[in-house]
Amino acid sequence: MRRLQALAAIFAGMLCLAAAADPADRLPDPAQEARARTIFQEVRCLVCQNESIDDSEAELAGDLRKVVREQVQAGRSDAEIKHFLTDRYGEFVLLTPVFSWMNLALWGGPFAVVILGAGLLFSRLRNRSTEAELSPDEAARVRALSETDPA
Amino acid sequence: MIAEFGSFALILALAFAIAQAGLSVVARMRRSAVLAAAGEGAALASFAGVAIAFACLIHAFVTSDFSVANVAANSHTEKPLLYKVAGTWGSHEGSILLWCLILTGYGAAAATLGRGLPRGLKALMVATQGALGTVFLAYTVFASNPLLRIARPPVEGNSLNPLLQDPALAIHPPFLYSGYVGMSVVFSLAVAALIEGRVDAAWARWVRPWALAAWSFLTVGITLGAFWAYYELGWGGWWFWDPVENASFMPWLMATALLHSAIVTEKRGALAGWSLFLAIGAFTFSMLGAFLVRSGVLTSVHAFAVDPKRGVLLLIILGVTAGSAFALFAWRAPKLAQGGLFAPISRESALVMNNILLAAATTTVMVGTLFPLVRQAIGTPVSVGPGYFNWTFAPLMAALAIILPAGPLLAWKRGDLTGVGQRLWVAALIALGCGLLAYALVSPRKAFGALGIAIGVWLVAGAVTELVERTRAFRVPAVDSWRRLTGLPRGAWGMTLAHLGLGVFVLGACAELGWKGEAAETLSLGGSLNVGAYHLTLETVRPVEGPNYDSERAMIRVTKAGQPVCSGEPDRRFYPAGGQTISGIALCYRGASHLYMVLGEKRKALDGTPVWLIRAYWNPWASLIFLGPVIMALGGLTSLSDRRMRLGVARRRAVAAAQPAAAQEQPA
Repeated sequence: MRRLQALAAIFAGMLCLAAAADPADRLPDPAQEARARTIFQEVRCLVCQNESIDDSEAELAGDLRKVVREQVQAGRSDAEIKHFLTDRYGEFVLLTPVFSWMNLALWGGPFAVVILGAGLLFSRLRNRSTEAELSPDEAARVRALSETDPA
Repeated sequence: MIAEFGSFALILALAFAIAQAGLSVVARMRRSAVLAAAGEGAALASFAGVAIAFACLIHAFVTSDFSVANVAANSHTEKPLLYKVAGTWGSHEGSILLWCLILTGYGAAAATLGRGLPRGLKALMVATQGALGTVFLAYTVFASNPLLRIARPPVEGNSLNPLLQDPALAIHPPFLYSGYVGMSVVFSLAVAALIEGRVDAAWARWVRPWALAAWSFLTVGITLGAFWAYYELGWGGWWFWDPVENASFMPWLMATALLHSAIVTEKRGALAGWSLFLAIGAFTFSMLGAFLVRSGVLTSVHAFAVDPKRGVLLLIILGVTAGSAFALFAWRAPKLAQGGLFAPISRESALVMNNILLAAATTTVMVGTLFPLVRQAIGTPVSVGPGYFNWTFAPLMAALAIILPAGPLLAWKRGDLTGVGQRLWVAALIALGCGLLAYALVSPRKAFGALGIAIGVWLVAGAVTELVERTRAFRVPAVDSWRRLTGLPRGAWGMTLAHLGLGVFVLGACAELGWKGEAAETLSLGGSLNVGAYHLTLETVRPVEGPNYDSERAMIRVTKAGQPVCSGEPDRRFYPAGGQTISGIALCYRGASHLYMVLGEKRKALDGTPVWLIRAYWNPWASLIFLGPVIMALGGLTSLSDRRMRLGVARRRAVAAAQPAAAQEQPA
């Protein structure tokens, strides 16, 4: 039964998606509306299953959309609006995590792999090329041997 | 009675899987051909057992036998036959049984087809496959048996989630699982090779067909899932960087890397350890995917059939199998022989760079999927959405796409960058030109979209250049070029197709992401809205009764500059069995682009007349998003049909195949 309830909750979130497009809530200024929509896509619907408030029909998503639209209309910047949201709901509300030490593994991980891989490739190429050639000592020995050879 | 028979067959299959593992291990220790053959026979028997159990479950679903708990929970008498059958793998238990069916199927195939393999290696492969079968079958029998009865059968079942009642999704799990589980053969071959302590060109050649088959299935499976999301979820998206999608994408990336590193191992004997690592990693990520999706540990828009309690068991299975394989790797891999030398500019280097970038891309997807779990555990939850992947995954893939066309044109060991430049400058010019044109001419102006178009054209033109080079078109008489073209080995065609498909996909994805148009209005009958260059008019809305739903169906007429173009009939269905409402979208195809129409909820206007919320999207080149991966999978299958791939046959015809192949292999 709990499983069914969980599923029902998921459907409730899925039924009517792209809810932000509803003409009834739209801001009169198209430029402001477009800005609000861009912000919506970056804000998580906290009660939904991994959806932005741009997509979700949930009541909380509607409330958040209203808050964001009001702030956009009041002329606040994107950064200010996001700051306002994170103050209230924590970092969880943003769909793109911020650059911070806490998120070092997240943002740095992939590039660490690239650097590590490139380093391994480079060292392998270098080791092999020195291996293929003679070291100065060996070269000197070869020269000495060929010079002393009377034939 | 039939359900009990199925349970019995399932238990027998488990017994056979245990026998398969045991007999094959003893066969390897005593070098006994008889015991090895017995082990292979057990592999076939195990597959037969699971197949019978699976057939019994399908029977229970088709006949709507609600005394079987799984059927009662997931089926309904009024459901169309296709979805009754598809309901078999729609639940947790059923999907794990499907997993077992495909796992034992691959085991039986590997036991039958692997005739060219050395006996010791083959026995160990069959043993590993048997061990995997044992673990998953034991889980099915003891923790997730789909054939269990209930004491008081209901009169009617709970029905399958209507979102899943869709032809693409009905066949999506079998394809996806054929991909996931296909990696098990590659995994078993890697474990066997590690125990034997020998990884050479021959090993890479045996791995390749299995990796190719699994990769092709996985490509089709993921594409079907993306296409389903595109037209069923009703907001025109096809990829959301959702944990469930990421779970299927990680093994795909690993398998792609393996396909490329195995070429180096096969042709030059290098990267053997890395190929082994990828072979183990690909199946590990498959199991991780199954665990993530089935355990519900991550929140997702499309996690169906979730069960946290059994998730722990799956996690243990994952930990034990992957853990022991990686431990074996850490122990044995350092002793493997290092391969041939190569210069910084060479095909080997290009393939290594491909692998570095794919490994980094896999890391991106993995970290992006699992990092929220870590942050949640330490009490400061964080969300990782599309923005993160746009900043990490996209540049990695762009770098990969930029070096890609050069790879096949470089010679082994020591390549010549100037020569590659001389061959590719035409492709580069075309790509640059298309990118600039897209930037200058298409409105609204989108720099990233134009860059994407340039990269897509670069990939397509690069693949064509590769073909031109192989056939020496425009430099030798057309007859000679034609002879060369028809003489190309299928493996070469496969590679060209796969790279071409990637280019087609990039074109579609970038055009759709860059220039997608959206419009939504509440319309009364006769009302209209504009999206892209199109004018949509709501003509009628009428009630329609479906097989297991009631619906309202709209009729929308589409015109462009006053000329009629097409019409769409999106609907809105109510499923009484589960009480859900689902939007059925309508697509109007305009070349490769789509006009996407959704009927939303019915409302009352201020004057009391009914109005409907209509949403429409203009998705330019959206068909290419799904066509590209299909071309890639076709490339995989073409390569698979290369006669050099066929085990056993390969030796007899090696001489015949080697001559034209060798002539084509080295670019001039």
